Amino acid sequence: MSSYLEASGRERIHQLLDAGTFEEFLPPARRIVSPHLEQLDTPVSFDDGVVIGRGRLRGRMVYAAAQEGGFMGGGVGEVHGAKLVGLLRRAVADGAEAVLLLVETGGVRLHEANAGLIAVSEVMRAVLDVRDAGIPVIVLVGGANGCFGGMGIVARCANRIIMSEEGRLAMSGPEVIETANGVEEFDSRDRALVWRTTGGKHRYLLGDCHRIVADNVTAFRDAASDAIDEAKAGEVELSLQELEGEQLLLEQRIQRFGDCADPLEIWSDLGVPQAKKIPMLEADAFTAIANAHRLGAKA
Amino acid sequence: MNWKELVNQLFPQGHDIAERECFLSGSAQVGHQTVTVIGTTEHTPIGIEIAQAQAQAVLATVRDYPGRPIVILVDTQGQRLRHRDEMLGINSYMAHLGKCIELARRRGHKVIGLVYDQALSGGFITSGLMADACYALPDATIRVMGLPAMARITKVPLERLTELAKANPVFAPGAENYFLMGGVQALWQGDLAQQMQEALEKADPHDRRAALGEERGGRRLAHGVMQAVMNDGIAGTA
Repeated sequence: MSSYLEASGRERIHQLLDAGTFEEFLPPARRIVSPHLEQLDTPVSFDDGVVIGRGRLRGRMVYAAAQEGGFMGGGVGEVHGAKLVGLLRRAVADGAEAVLLLVETGGVRLHEANAGLIAVSEVMRAVLDVRDAGIPVIVLVGGANGCFGGMGIVARCANRIIMSEEGRLAMSGPEVIETANGVEEFDSRDRALVWRTTGGKHRYLLGDCHRIVADNVTAFRDAASDAIDEAKAGEVELSLQELEGEQLLLEQRIQRFGDCADPLEIWSDLGVPQAKKIPMLEADAFTAIANAHRLGAKA
Repeated sequence: MNWKELVNQLFPQGHDIAERECFLSGSAQVGHQTVTVIGTTEHTPIGIEIAQAQAQAVLATVRDYPGRPIVILVDTQGQRLRHRDEMLGINSYMAHLGKCIELARRRGHKVIGLVYDQALSGGFITSGLMADACYALPDATIRVMGLPAMARITKVPLERLTELAKANPVFAPGAENYFLMGGVQALWQGDLAQQMQEALEKADPHDRRAALGEERGGRRLAHGVMQAVMNDGIAGTA
């Protein structure tokens, strides 16, 4: 069983899909690179940090993208973002069975931030277009860089999110918050606090992520396949009913937990026994305990 | 321009827009139709409460006034940078707002954004950038970060960045650069009410920003790359 965390984006996408079925769009041989990084004399990557294409997952044709955390932290630039948008639009045009986004990113790539910001909003709209076509979008988060910035928003536009215990999902990174408002606001070196605040288990307990898996590619593969079935069993596209339900959940979250200072208080409030031990639990043991107490959709 | 002066110029036929803790909401008359107006003021950071309040106003419009256009007035310093917002999942609140705007669009509501002062990063992505078309006043500030901060992070000297930014709108902040990149539809000068009315008439639910960026020369690659993905290996093995 190979670690999802330690694999590159390219390795993840190949290992996640049925062996030998992945077909890449705009592969590195095409050398479509960022013109802006070149201007800044910064090294470029021949895939601009994202692998896109299609392949089969348990026989079903899925369209997939994997960001490379190792290149500029998976940051979204003009070309990187356009590859994601192109993939999403093509998934609709070709009638894919599902879209998998293997996200690992700090958000907008700061070297080309203005283009990156527009690109992330284009990705967001394209994700919702895919859902509107009745095609489920599944997000996987388990890379070392987590899923931050605008892509943290995009992730929550998908039908399902699967995270490993090591995965992190948020908007502004702890370093950004510490820089803006001081170490008393958020100590970015307090790893346990960072993990409690942004980590997969907290997101699962709040209902913002739908499945927690162990850090291996097979577990992600199984969960992704299940997630497609789960999404297709319900309404894939946005509906007023879904969003009114979400509005209520998010309102209740502020009312109930708005005064909490630490996620531990939230977990205790949810009735999780021995909340302090949550960080130590393996994925399966955690899920067994969490399911009786977590908010939002059932796993 | 302060928001009261702005809305008086935008909606001379009348409005009932009110401010509560930097959140603007109400309705206004544009030609023969009533529009919903939401927005923020005083560069307020977008935290979970304001994101939620904006989403609530959009959902109420969808539910109670089918088809009524929605105008989003943008003035924010970006997402709120607090531990509490992150702990409670601010990305989910932002996504929720974005999804509510998207639902409105799908149900036939026209959505117009206007950056009248500041638009930064995460505060912009689920407001103006989710509209059918986002406009800006000419002296509006639109950016992720200023050049000095970018110089620090990228380790590229400020002088060089400043020089590069003259010819490449991707590097530099500003409404004009966002116009060139296609992120802003047009800059408004003169009669704002007239331009609001025209914007509502022209609103197009399709996302054409990449094509605009190519036409205007501010984002030369994005549209071509999207097209290339659509066509790559089309004779292949699907």
